[in-house]
Amino acid sequence: MNWTWFHKLGSPKWFYEISGRWLPWFAVAAVLLLGVGLVWGLAFAPPDYQQGNSFRIIYIHVPVAFLAQSCYVLLAVAGAIGLVWRMKLADIALQCAAPIGAWMTFVALVTGAIWGKPTWGTWWVWDARLTSMLILLFLYFGIIALGQAIANRDSAAKACAVLAIVGVVNIPIIKYSVEWWNSLHQPATFTLTEKPAMPMEMWLPMLVMVLGIYCFFAAVLLLRMRLEVLRREARSNWAKSEIKALLGAP
Amino acid sequence: MSFSSFAEFVAMGNHGLYVWSAYGIGLAVLVINVAGPLLARRRYLREEARRLRREESK
Repeated sequence: MNWTWFHKLGSPKWFYEISGRWLPWFAVAAVLLLGVGLVWGLAFAPPDYQQGNSFRIIYIHVPVAFLAQSCYVLLAVAGAIGLVWRMKLADIALQCAAPIGAWMTFVALVTGAIWGKPTWGTWWVWDARLTSMLILLFLYFGIIALGQAIANRDSAAKACAVLAIVGVVNIPIIKYSVEWWNSLHQPATFTLTEKPAMPMEMWLPMLVMVLGIYCFFAAVLLLRMRLEVLRREARSNWAKSEIKALLGAP
Repeated sequence: MSFSSFAEFVAMGNHGLYVWSAYGIGLAVLVINVAGPLLARRRYLREEARRLRREESK
């Protein structure tokens, strides 16, 4: 396997150039996929035979909950890379992804509560799936707070990386919570590895929404990372000339 | 199309309030996540422009 791309990631300038080329594609894909998925899921997918139309919340709830967990795994991977290879970009990725992950966890919790009311008759129960998702939100808050509280960038990066890696134990707990404990929460309805538990015309719009939300995440993450790279590299020559070019200065 | 009229689509079989508030909150958060970094970028570039002007006038 060719690893040059990995070593190039050590260069903020290279990342800045390549991400500038990718960002528009992710943005366009996100808008198209989310647009198609929304209309498909809300208007064309058949209603659930038990839950009726309230089940349509699934098309926002599940993709967002998926992303909330993948994003945390990304933090842990970035943290490990940062600790092992001292890659500056890893800390930038970690710091920039954490707020997005926190927002996604928040939406997963809120849409879940809104879905729970007509389905279970309650907004919230302290069961394993819901509680472990709440813990995920607090883990995100912890990482964000830690990153901002420590003034020294290297120490902050190390502390956040360790917290991200330790906290990743929560991810399998979230995933298997519906199997390990009795839960009000229904088991996984969306899976790529097994035959889906829902009919094709319900499952396809979900696939589109999941792909859309990942493209959205990629676009927003690159947007945030590019700004952070520019900030941290502001003293280097390439960043200076890039800032001048963006300002339209001669 | 699984609805026969627009009114039925809005009503979502008496679950309209739940479905639309979930999607409303979801979309609002997506918009916040796009607008935040864009505004931060604009603010940063404006600060840099001010700093460059100060340095030039020195």
